[in-house]
Amino acid sequence: MTARTAEAGSAQAQSRTQAHGQAPGLGTLPVLDVDALIDDPGTRIVVCCGAGGVGKTTTAAALGVRAAERGRKVVVLTIDPARRLAQSMGLTELDNTPRRVEGVDGAPGGELHAMMLDMKRTFDEIVEAHTDPERARAILENPFYQSLSAGFAGTQEYMAMEKLGQLRAGDEWDLIIVDTPPSRSALDFLDAPKRLGSFLDGRFIRLLTAPAKAGGRAGMRFMNLGVSGLSVFTGLLNKLLGTGLLRDMQTFVAAMDTMFGGFRTRADATYRLLQAPGTAFLVVAAPERDALREAAYFVERLAADRMPLAGLVLNRMHGSEAAHLSAERALAAAENLEEEGIVDLPEDSPSSPATAERLAAGMLRLHAERMHVLARERRTRDRFAALHPEVPVAEVAALPGDVHDLEGLRAIGGRLAEQPGVEPA
Amino acid sequence: MVTGKGGTGKTTVAAALALALAEEGKRTLLVEVEGRQGIAQLFETEALPYEERKIAVGPGGGEVYALAVDAEKALLDYLQMFYKLGGAGRALKRLGAIDFATTIAPGVRDVLLTGKVCEAVRRRTRAGGFVYDAVVMDAPPTGRITRFLGVNDQVAGLARVGPIHNQAQAVMRVLKSSETAVHLVTLLEEMPVQETVDGVAELRATGLPVGGVFVNMTRPAVLDRAAVRAAEESRTEIAKALSRAGLGGARRGGRAEQLIGPLLRQTHEHAERLALEGELRSEIAGLELPAYELELLAEGADLPGVYLLAGELREQLREQGVAR
Ligand SMILES: Nc1ncnc2c1ncn2[C@@H]1O[C@H](COP(=O)(O)OP(=O)(O)OP(=O)(O)O)[C@@H](O)[C@H]1O
Ligand SMILES: Nc1ncnc2c1ncn2[C@@H]1O[C@H](COP(=O)(O)OP(=O)(O)OP(=O)(O)O)[C@@H](O)[C@H]1O
Ligand SMILES: [Mg+2]
Ligand SMILES: [Mg+2]
Repeated sequence: MTARTAEAGSAQAQSRTQAHGQAPGLGTLPVLDVDALIDDPGTRIVVCCGAGGVGKTTTAAALGVRAAERGRKVVVLTIDPARRLAQSMGLTELDNTPRRVEGVDGAPGGELHAMMLDMKRTFDEIVEAHTDPERARAILENPFYQSLSAGFAGTQEYMAMEKLGQLRAGDEWDLIIVDTPPSRSALDFLDAPKRLGSFLDGRFIRLLTAPAKAGGRAGMRFMNLGVSGLSVFTGLLNKLLGTGLLRDMQTFVAAMDTMFGGFRTRADATYRLLQAPGTAFLVVAAPERDALREAAYFVERLAADRMPLAGLVLNRMHGSEAAHLSAERALAAAENLEEEGIVDLPEDSPSSPATAERLAAGMLRLHAERMHVLARERRTRDRFAALHPEVPVAEVAALPGDVHDLEGLRAIGGRLAEQPGVEPA
Repeated sequence: MVTGKGGTGKTTVAAALALALAEEGKRTLLVEVEGRQGIAQLFETEALPYEERKIAVGPGGGEVYALAVDAEKALLDYLQMFYKLGGAGRALKRLGAIDFATTIAPGVRDVLLTGKVCEAVRRRTRAGGFVYDAVVMDAPPTGRITRFLGVNDQVAGLARVGPIHNQAQAVMRVLKSSETAVHLVTLLEEMPVQETVDGVAELRATGLPVGGVFVNMTRPAVLDRAAVRAAEESRTEIAKALSRAGLGGARRGGRAEQLIGPLLRQTHEHAERLALEGELRSEIAGLELPAYELELLAEGADLPGVYLLAGELREQLREQGVAR
């Protein structure tokens, strides 16, 4: 598995990475050079994937700001950004078209545009673009269509891919940065659209909606179930889903089918776009065991599907400027000070020695805690690196608070780009 | 029912709660419905079949059973129960019909899953007592919980008479009764707290009984903003203290003196986070619900960790007078 990943990852990765020394025993690990990636005119699409809550939206937005301020014309497609982050980019309404983001330094000639994905609108627009107004209306009013477009598992992923395809086809942008929907697993972004596509094109939906047309052996077998099995089943569905649902579904599938030749074909087309040379995947992960296990699955999957991986972003890593002071020494010193403080506790004046001791002890305890976190994060990172030594990594330090303005995004962008061993461009 | 934003610790908290409620002589059932085998992973056992199994003994001495509900199998059971389908059920399955029904309409799945859980809640022993003293469900996340729990209301409305109608109504009666509590797990971070506040409002609007808020992964408060200000004003004394503790010279350029800057910046970050957490705590308090706290386990929530959390929960439940 590792060998395969190495092959697929290396062609692109090599030009953008520089090896640098790591902890003893690990040899050299490639470092992800984000600036080289976003400056390269050959890079047209960057997809930020990862498990839920790891920082995909933040990374996508930060890369967008940075690429624009380095002179590229960028659009960021965000999905469900946190309210304050959206506001800071001027995204106050879900209107499904890119808006210019104010406050971005345009001196180098770049621009930043951003949009939030409106999955229902995107779905509606597909329908509207591919049929005459009258039939489009019939479909949009179809209850089955409505529940499908509002919340079927996988619709969001499908529509994100669809929107990406549209943005790319327009060829209006130097660089498209795509955020991916919150899901438990990064794999969902790759799998859900196909699942929805094959569900809609699937055998059973055809049997139910047009048994005669589907015909063939499957149809025969279905009939062999006997009328009782079929009617009981459709009867149950009708009861559970509302009587008109099967009929709605039938109308819907028939209309979709004649219009644009099936969902699967469309999903397949966008899938191929993701394999194209101008695309780069960034896998975002938190430095935690489960998150990195997920990231490893995803890396292997990208390789298997020949999708170009640019690297791994390890987000919210902790660091310390006093890393030379070990947790053990800090704790021992804190205990000393606390004992001392108890012995001669004077009347409290703000700068009395007791207070200074208490404060110093507290500061040392916090430091020890920080060093423990650091050590744990390193261990997790090194385990990933041992499994996938070919994957370039960029570490991003955690900011003390949430990231919800352009300033914060710039800080994240800076941290993404400034990696040990990468020369500032 | 234990819900919450994705990744906040629903599975962990549900497991800890099932353990905590398993007092001497009692029996609890821990149920998962999303087909992810999270319980098996946590308890380090092989994948759970669609069958109740004893998996642990709680810190109080009671028994914890576990069940992973499988929507597909539950649908076959359901068809069998109402329609005596026999072999036709298997044939439907081969055709992809069952898969179709359970994916197409999340509603179908949800009816089956909640139905199975309510059956376990109401099940009685020969002697007439309840088989389980408490049933804890590792439920879907906040974004889906109201629809998930409310689905039987819709079904009861659609099928106006007959066995399905009766079943749906019975499930809804259990879910809306005071025997049920929907608990929300959150972290002291902006988005999970926002989701919790929104989730509580939605549950209340639907008439579903909200239980408590479980604040997970809390960290101890060491120094606050005032302490940071005090520390900034007494750099010299602190440098001397560090020096006395054996960390180098306190004079300008000495090793102890050079630690002050970095340590102060770390302390400042900590204090800022505490301040943010304080705001979030008061938002949670504004919900006027019982709140429970579970500390951040340094090594992650492995099995010993979950027992530790269960112990903490047991005490807090006692303090809050929750006897169940
Ligand atoms: N390096 C960082 N330092 C501090 N906070 C961060 C950092 N990266 C992300 N965050 C914060 O973490 C939270 C989650 O980030 P974000 O929304 O980008 O994650 P996501 O992967 O898009 O989540 P979802 O899967 O829900 O879409 C946000 O509140 C964000 O501000
Ligand atoms: N109190 C805690 N201390 C440390 N780690 C914890 C704690 N609670 C949960 N975790 C860890 O956080 C991660 C998420 O927890 P868990 O799987 O319980 O969340 P979840 O809400 O069920 O997630 P999902 O939405 O994916 O089902 C796990 O790795 C778990 O071990
Ligand atoms: Mg996001
Ligand atoms: Mg879970």
